[in-house]
Amino acid sequence: MDDSLVFAPEIAPRSQWRTVMARFFSHRLAVGALLITVVAYVFTYLTEPLTGWHYAELSGDLSASPSWEHWFGTDTIGHDMFAQSMRGLRLSIHVSIVVAAIATALGTVIGAVQGWFRGRVDAALSLLVDFLLILPLLPVLMVLGTRARGVGGSSLTFVAVVIGLFLWPPLARVVRGEVFSLREKEYIEAAAALGASNTRIIFRHLIPNVISSVIVYATLTVAAAILIETALAFLGFGIQPPEVSLGALVDEGRAAARTRWWLFYLPGAVLIVLVLCVNFVGDGLRDAFDPRQKRRQK
Amino acid sequence: MFAYATRKLLISIPVLLLATLVAFLLVATIDPIAGQRVLLLAKPGGEEQIARLEASLGLDKPLLERYGNWLGDLLRGDFGTSTDNGREVTELLAQAVPVTLRLVVAATVISLFFGVAVGVISAVRKYSVFDNVSTFFAFLFFAMPVFWLGAVLKDLGIRFNDWWGRRIFFTVGEQSPRLDADFWGTWADRIGHIILPALTLILIQLAATSRFQRSAMLDVLESDYIRTARAKGVPRRKVITRHALRNALLPVVTLTGLTFGTLIGGTVVTEIVFNWKGMGRLFLDSLFHGDVAVTQASLLIVGISVIVVNLITDLVYGFLDPRVRHG
Repeated sequence: MDDSLVFAPEIAPRSQWRTVMARFFSHRLAVGALLITVVAYVFTYLTEPLTGWHYAELSGDLSASPSWEHWFGTDTIGHDMFAQSMRGLRLSIHVSIVVAAIATALGTVIGAVQGWFRGRVDAALSLLVDFLLILPLLPVLMVLGTRARGVGGSSLTFVAVVIGLFLWPPLARVVRGEVFSLREKEYIEAAAALGASNTRIIFRHLIPNVISSVIVYATLTVAAAILIETALAFLGFGIQPPEVSLGALVDEGRAAARTRWWLFYLPGAVLIVLVLCVNFVGDGLRDAFDPRQKRRQK
Repeated sequence: MFAYATRKLLISIPVLLLATLVAFLLVATIDPIAGQRVLLLAKPGGEEQIARLEASLGLDKPLLERYGNWLGDLLRGDFGTSTDNGREVTELLAQAVPVTLRLVVAATVISLFFGVAVGVISAVRKYSVFDNVSTFFAFLFFAMPVFWLGAVLKDLGIRFNDWWGRRIFFTVGEQSPRLDADFWGTWADRIGHIILPALTLILIQLAATSRFQRSAMLDVLESDYIRTARAKGVPRRKVITRHALRNALLPVVTLTGLTFGTLIGGTVVTEIVFNWKGMGRLFLDSLFHGDVAVTQASLLIVGISVIVVNLITDLVYGFLDPRVRHG
């Protein structure tokens, strides 16, 4: 067929990614939240040069209230609380990203395997998913975290991996559902008819087509991981001293909430702003991938 | 309904057994004599002492045998003895469980009631001031760590008491120590103590429940049978309560079962913040002291409660949706 016979106006093709990106970036709240998160993360590396305080350094000022010298004040032994909070913020972000990576990988692959193979494989894995979904996570992590106590800095990876191993079931459930309907599509049938292996179909055809849910859930997992990591640290089972966690800072500060409010309220505020921002980004991503679900139609 | 309920009950039995196994294996990762081990290894002849210590705790036996023994004792109602204070674990549980149960039941019932109400009103008056305000608070509390919210409420309670000049909010413990009061006096005191901890859990639960109820209600309100009901002249109020709400409750019933585990976690944290002597405190202390018998028993109680709650939600679901119980 001659190309010139096809009547088509000349429009530059626009990939799905660009459409999604465009939608996301028109979502002001989500972009603002993303910006705050990124800037805050970069700032955790600039804290020392800008404020002059290292998180583990003991300044001579004990229990000083917030000032130009110490933005968030100091604790009873003279730690600069701003440097401490920024350190905690950075570690929370690191831990939650590792958690999200592990949970997302597991959830995607397990969900896709369930949806593709169906039958016994699905039934067996579904039992595991159902069991983990109702599992009281915090008590279980406290038991496992008992090992992390007294390990010091190396508790970081341990905490991240353990949390990650438990946070994949919600995503697996979603991916499974989507693959159930995807597997009936013609292009999957075609790939199977052409002799594509199960692995190829799962990784090349199914997973790329559920990527939108995967990305949205990965973001939600980051928020969940931050809350769990800090709750564990608050109770004494998460990240261990000498490392810093926002949860541990809140725990140390809460006894002084009335007299030295900055020790308690400021690290807590940092934590909430972080979780709020991550949730807003997740919301913006969901709207960008699936405008039908948008909360506020024009 | 009876056949459905029996089926659900029977399925719970293997799940319960699985829960005992998981609780046992989890606790087996803890070394109850970790502290002594370090000290003893530094001494001459320490290794023999460690071996004796392990034998006295039954740690030298294979894992499966230990599980069998523990399960056997359990079935005879014997939860073992605390290695920390020598008291019977059953006795410790009998003290702690009612305290925690009070908090969990209050938080669940109140947050469900208000969650459903707020969700329904938000959905019926979509984009109204009420909807926007509740959305804002749902986002805020959804991002709020339980431990921080609890401590903030505690601090605000104390500040309020100072400002008011007398104690309005109790912020420490589950009831006043050495309280000498009649039945009603005791409960009044307990309610005074429960307000702030329950509020902590309710606000966070409410965030999820109300959002979920809102979207479920919106889905249902757009369906054809609602339009039919309206068209044939059913009063608006009746359409919302009878026709829409009954169906829109289903997802929230499921959510309640799924988030119960999270609520338990929140309860542990809240008990610590408000110095309650419930399961949370018992569990935390047992972990700090390597008190394995208590850890195992607490974990099992938590597991059973999760299974029971999910059984209840299954039954409620079957009651609300005939397709499920006949399917």
